Amino acid sequence: MTTFQYILLIFLVVCAISVSFSKSLLNSILIYMSYSLIMSILWVCLESPDLAITEAAVGAGITSVLFFATLKKIHAIRIEQEQKKEEAESHE
Amino acid sequence: MSKLKPRNEYEKTNAFRFFQWLSGVKDPYIDNVEMHVQTEKVVPEATIIERMNEAQMCRDKVYDTEHNKLVQLFHKVYINMAVLFCIALVGLLLLTVSYLPPTGNPANPANNTVAERYIEDGLAETGALNIVSGMILTYRAFDTFGETNVLFIATCCVMILLMIDDELLKKQEVKNDRRFEPKNDIILQGIAFILCPIIFIFGIYIILNGHLSPGGGFSGGAIMGAGLILYVCSFGFKKTQQFFNEHVYKVAKITALCMYGLIGTYFYMTGANGIENHIPLGIAGHILSSGIILPINICVGLEVACTMYAFYALFRRGGL
Repeated sequence: MTTFQYILLIFLVVCAISVSFSKSLLNSILIYMSYSLIMSILWVCLESPDLAITEAAVGAGITSVLFFATLKKIHAIRIEQEQKKEEAESHE
Repeated sequence: MSKLKPRNEYEKTNAFRFFQWLSGVKDPYIDNVEMHVQTEKVVPEATIIERMNEAQMCRDKVYDTEHNKLVQLFHKVYINMAVLFCIALVGLLLLTVSYLPPTGNPANPANNTVAERYIEDGLAETGALNIVSGMILTYRAFDTFGETNVLFIATCCVMILLMIDDELLKKQEVKNDRRFEPKNDIILQGIAFILCPIIFIFGIYIILNGHLSPGGGFSGGAIMGAGLILYVCSFGFKKTQQFFNEHVYKVAKITALCMYGLIGTYFYMTGANGIENHIPLGIAGHILSSGIILPINICVGLEVACTMYAFYALFRRGGL
C-alpha cells in the first residue's frame, strides 16, 4: 500500500509541475483534473473518505467544468475553428 | 435715381456674380476649389496588424531588450531571483514541516482532551456514527454555519458580477448560448439519461446518510450540483428550467439557509446557556437519529447543490 501511495505522490508532483509548464490552457485544465483525481485517491488511502468524496466532486468535477465554461467565454478554446481554418487554407 | 450701367461693366461687379450664383447659372466653386471623386478609404492589412501589436511595439520600444544591457541584466536577475525565491520558500516550508512532531506519537499536542472527548463521547453526545459529521455539525455547527454563509455571499457576488438583468441582453445571451449547446448529441444524451438519476440518487444517499457513513451535506450537495450540470450540458437549459428555474432556486436556497439558521440558533442558545434542548438523539445507526445533524445536512446539501448549479449557469450565460 505504501508503494502505491508513493507512486501516486510521484504522479501528483509530476501533474503539479506539468500544469504550469503546459502551453495549452485546455491541457493544463485536464492535467489539473487528474491532479484532483489522484488527490482524492490519496485521501482514501489516508482514511478520510469524507474528503475524498468532496475532492472528487468539487476538484475533479465542478471546478474543471467552471474552468471550461470560463475559457469558452473568453474564447481561449478555439481549437476546432482554428483547425477548420487551417484546413481551408491548405485547400486553397 | 438709379444709374444705368452698361452690361459689360455690370458683369464685373460682385452683385452680378452673386445673382448668377443664386440662380445657378455658374457655380463659383468651379475652377476655384479643387475637387475629387470620393473613393473608399482602404486600410492596408499591414497597418491593421501593426495597430493590433501596438502594445507589444510600445513595450519593445521602451524596453529595447536587444540593445539595452541594463534591461537584459534585470531580466536575468529577475528570473534567477524568482527561482531562488521559490526554492527558498519551498526549503523554508519543508524545514517547518521537519520541526513538526512525528505522526502517531502519543505525546503530540494534537492528542489533547478535545480530540479525546470527540472520539470517546462523540457517539453518546451527538448520536452520529460518523464522528467527522457529528463534530462539524454539532460541536462546531457555528463554524459550518459561517461556511454556508460564505457560500451564500460568494453566489451573491458572482450574481452581482455576472447576472444580466436587461431583457434584451438576456435574449441575446440566450441566443448566443445556443451555439455552444450540443444539438441532440446522441452519445452524450444517452449516457446522461442513464447517469443523471444515479448521480442524483447517490447525492441524496450521501446527504441522508451523512451521520452514518462518510460524506455529508457538502459532498452530497456537490455531487447533486455536478449531476445538474451534466443534465444541463446534455439536455439544454429549456428542459432544466421545467424543474429548476430561478424561482425554485431562490426558494430552495433561502429556505435552506433560514432553516439552518433557525435550527442552529436554537441549538447554540440552549447549549450556551446550559438549557436542555428537546431534540431527540434517537438510536445510533438509524436514519432518523442524531438530533440536528440530519436536517442540517439536508439544508447544507440543498444550499451547495443550488450554489454549484448557479455558478455554472451564471458563468455560461449570465442567468439561471
